[in-house]
Amino acid sequence: MTATPAAAVIEAQDLNVSIGGSHILQDVSLAVPKGGVTALIGRNGVGKTTTLRALIGLAPSTGSRTMAGQDVTGWPVHRIIRLGVGYVPEDRDVFTRLTVKENLRLAQTARNAGYDRVYRLFPELDQRGRQLAGTLSGGQQQMLAIARVLLHSKPLLLVDEPTKGLSPRYVTQVVEVLKEVSQTETILLVEQNVHVVRELASRVIVLDHGQVVHTGDAADLDSDAARRLLGVSL
Amino acid sequence: MSTFAAITISGLALGAVYFLVASGLSLIYGLMGVLNFAHGAFLTVGAFAGWALAVHLSAAGGGAGWVLTAIAAACAGAAVAALTELLLIRPLYGRPVGQILVTIGLDLALVGLLLGAFGSSSRAIPVPAWLSGVTAVGAERIPNGDFVALGTGLATLAALTWFLRQTRYGLIIRAGAENRDMVRALGIDVGRAFTLVFTIGGAAAGLAGLLNAVVFNSALTDPGQGDELLIFAFIVVVIGGLGSIAGSAAAALLVGLVQVYVGFYAGTGASLAQLSNISVVLLLVVVLLVRPRGLLGRAA
Amino acid sequence: MKRLSLKRAYAAGIVLILAMLPLIGLHIPWILPGPVDVVDSAGTLVVLGLGFVFAGVALGFDVLFGFAGLLSFGQVLYFATGVYVLDVALSDWHWALFPAILFTLAIAAVVSVVLGVVSLRVSGIAFAMVTLAFAQAAYYLIEDNPHNLTGGDTGLVAITTRLPPQLIGVASTRNLYWLALGFLVVVYLLVWLSTESVTGRVWLALRESERRAEVLGYRPFGYKLAAFTLSSMIAAGAGMVYLLLVGTATPSAVAATTVTVSILVMVVLGGLGTRWGAVAGAMVYIYLQQWLLKIAAEPSFGSLPSILRVPLSQPDFLLGVIFILFILFAPNGIAGLRASRGTR
Repeated sequence: MTATPAAAVIEAQDLNVSIGGSHILQDVSLAVPKGGVTALIGRNGVGKTTTLRALIGLAPSTGSRTMAGQDVTGWPVHRIIRLGVGYVPEDRDVFTRLTVKENLRLAQTARNAGYDRVYRLFPELDQRGRQLAGTLSGGQQQMLAIARVLLHSKPLLLVDEPTKGLSPRYVTQVVEVLKEVSQTETILLVEQNVHVVRELASRVIVLDHGQVVHTGDAADLDSDAARRLLGVSL
Repeated sequence: MSTFAAITISGLALGAVYFLVASGLSLIYGLMGVLNFAHGAFLTVGAFAGWALAVHLSAAGGGAGWVLTAIAAACAGAAVAALTELLLIRPLYGRPVGQILVTIGLDLALVGLLLGAFGSSSRAIPVPAWLSGVTAVGAERIPNGDFVALGTGLATLAALTWFLRQTRYGLIIRAGAENRDMVRALGIDVGRAFTLVFTIGGAAAGLAGLLNAVVFNSALTDPGQGDELLIFAFIVVVIGGLGSIAGSAAAALLVGLVQVYVGFYAGTGASLAQLSNISVVLLLVVVLLVRPRGLLGRAA
Repeated sequence: MKRLSLKRAYAAGIVLILAMLPLIGLHIPWILPGPVDVVDSAGTLVVLGLGFVFAGVALGFDVLFGFAGLLSFGQVLYFATGVYVLDVALSDWHWALFPAILFTLAIAAVVSVVLGVVSLRVSGIAFAMVTLAFAQAAYYLIEDNPHNLTGGDTGLVAITTRLPPQLIGVASTRNLYWLALGFLVVVYLLVWLSTESVTGRVWLALRESERRAEVLGYRPFGYKLAAFTLSSMIAAGAGMVYLLLVGTATPSAVAATTVTVSILVMVVLGGLGTRWGAVAGAMVYIYLQQWLLKIAAEPSFGSLPSILRVPLSQPDFLLGVIFILFILFAPNGIAGLRASRGTR
């Protein structure tokens, strides 16, 4: 079952990214349908993070990109984000010298902000409001990074390896949160953890050596496919 | 009050002027990674704008002109700074070396223009009598200008701190100094913060240029003053740590005191006239070799 | 191969033409930079000689910044060393020329190695600031006139009694011109040889990424110090030629940060990392500067409306504006302009 172009919230055509002499993405074309979670998976270093960064304009690219129905090719980063995109980067990138509260305030762009929802999902952040983000644990920083994009309802979330390096308790919490969020928002999720992918995603796009090699339903991702495409065993 | 205390106040006042310049430089570098050599031009423009207005006001017989003069200096500096960012720095986004070089070019061109318009001789700035007077404190006479400089420096420090901690743009600037891309990824246009930071720096520099002329140069200003002061401001910024306002404040006081103490206690032999300047330079070298990031700078 | 020998023939031709200028008594109105509008006049030759001197300094700076990627604000220190040490030796101590030259070179070598070792302990902005600091310290030292050696603010006039007769007197301008030209040729060859050698390749690698150079098995420090020392010695040599050419040393002309800015402008104007670019940039800069000063002194100049007269009377303004325009629109300098024309 393939998504029709009309229902796609993200579309990329012939995306090429070269950084420092390496041609990281080669003619990547993909479409992310509206609703639910689409997982972008592949081995380490194939260009998954670069794809996300290229989509929002943080990495220079050639080719065309459409987000939320708008052609955003050549747009500055902040303008793309303002279309209603939330970005949770791979290294969390919380502002270590700001407090938790300040990190959230920075992400707040309108008077109405969903602090209720955020504190309900992440009560720890409420307790640690005045703590410097740099002193939080990895899991707590991940909570903060996700909380930032939940303050306002953003139709589209790009989330990069949210469970990387987290203890099982935080992994569970992240998965629960993303599951709830995916009911109202579309998520493009980069993940190495196949179990998380199976739990959350309805569709997968597989990347290898900077190219898209497979698109399909997550349900079809059995152990053979996993071993072949990801080099992991389920 | 002892001579030592009087000298100390003098050094602190000098430090306050350094801080006015250094804070802008530090903010700009912290957020944008640009070493702004054009700050020297902002200083000079501010001093000359203040001079022009003061001459005009005193000719018209005005009395409360001093505050207006100071405002004029700050506004002139701010205006030139904003234009610089918009016209010269923005087009060079992504070329950090080019940005530094273009500020050097602007400094050269602007000071050259002022030299052409006003010549290299000094202009006297009309100041109210109380400003050039002294106040007796104990057995010592402290120049009133010292108090004005100190007061301005403290007020600026307070205002800057408030701005950075309590306002949204202050928040954006603090975050941007750490990670510009992530600020953009939150949907914020950092470009506006860039212009703002240049403008604030320019205003402080304009004010510093005026103060420097009035308090430390017998109310005389010439086109070369800005660049002389700029070198010391750079030394202060680097000693304090690029990007740190608190570091600039601490280093400014340190440098001001060192200069004044060495100048006073090392004697007045003809061959020692520049010793105070040399000692500041040596201080910089020592700091850079022992702690390259400066007193309060971030580790690279 | 054919292109290479064509380039060399081209270069040799230019040097030949320049060498013959002192023999040409042509009168050319307006364009010439000296006060007298004749090609072989002393004024013209001195300006061209200055151009050669600074072309040498610019070449040295290009090695440091254009090739090795080290932004230093302190090369003026070595230029000033060349000027002042030679001046002191000649005028205060009354030495003969050759011992004075050797002594100056020795001092410059020691100072550059010591300061180089110290400065290279840090990199990037800190390195630039340390070099600036040392240069400023030297400026203050010169102004201080220790032991009455340097003459302080007013400068030190070179006493010429012990100089060889060819370098003093009326006919000397020609010989000094040829000396400056010869100096430039030697420096150019030196720079050409070093940048084309293995060392030059390592410099280029260092400029791109120090880590990459390390991975390739090169220890950066030695190469950086070599670039630093070479650049400094060239500047010192240029300083000595400057003193012979101009006859006086003043701190504002040879040791102030304005000189650093000038060198920076010359090299960027000409094009970083291309050797002939530095020479072209320096010649253009000195020429423009002197020519503008000459124009501003013309009687008819005073009758220009002040909106034109004011900016034109200060070469700094025009040069600064040209510099800015180049950075914005032609970042590869004159050499870059010529290269892009060639590829069309």
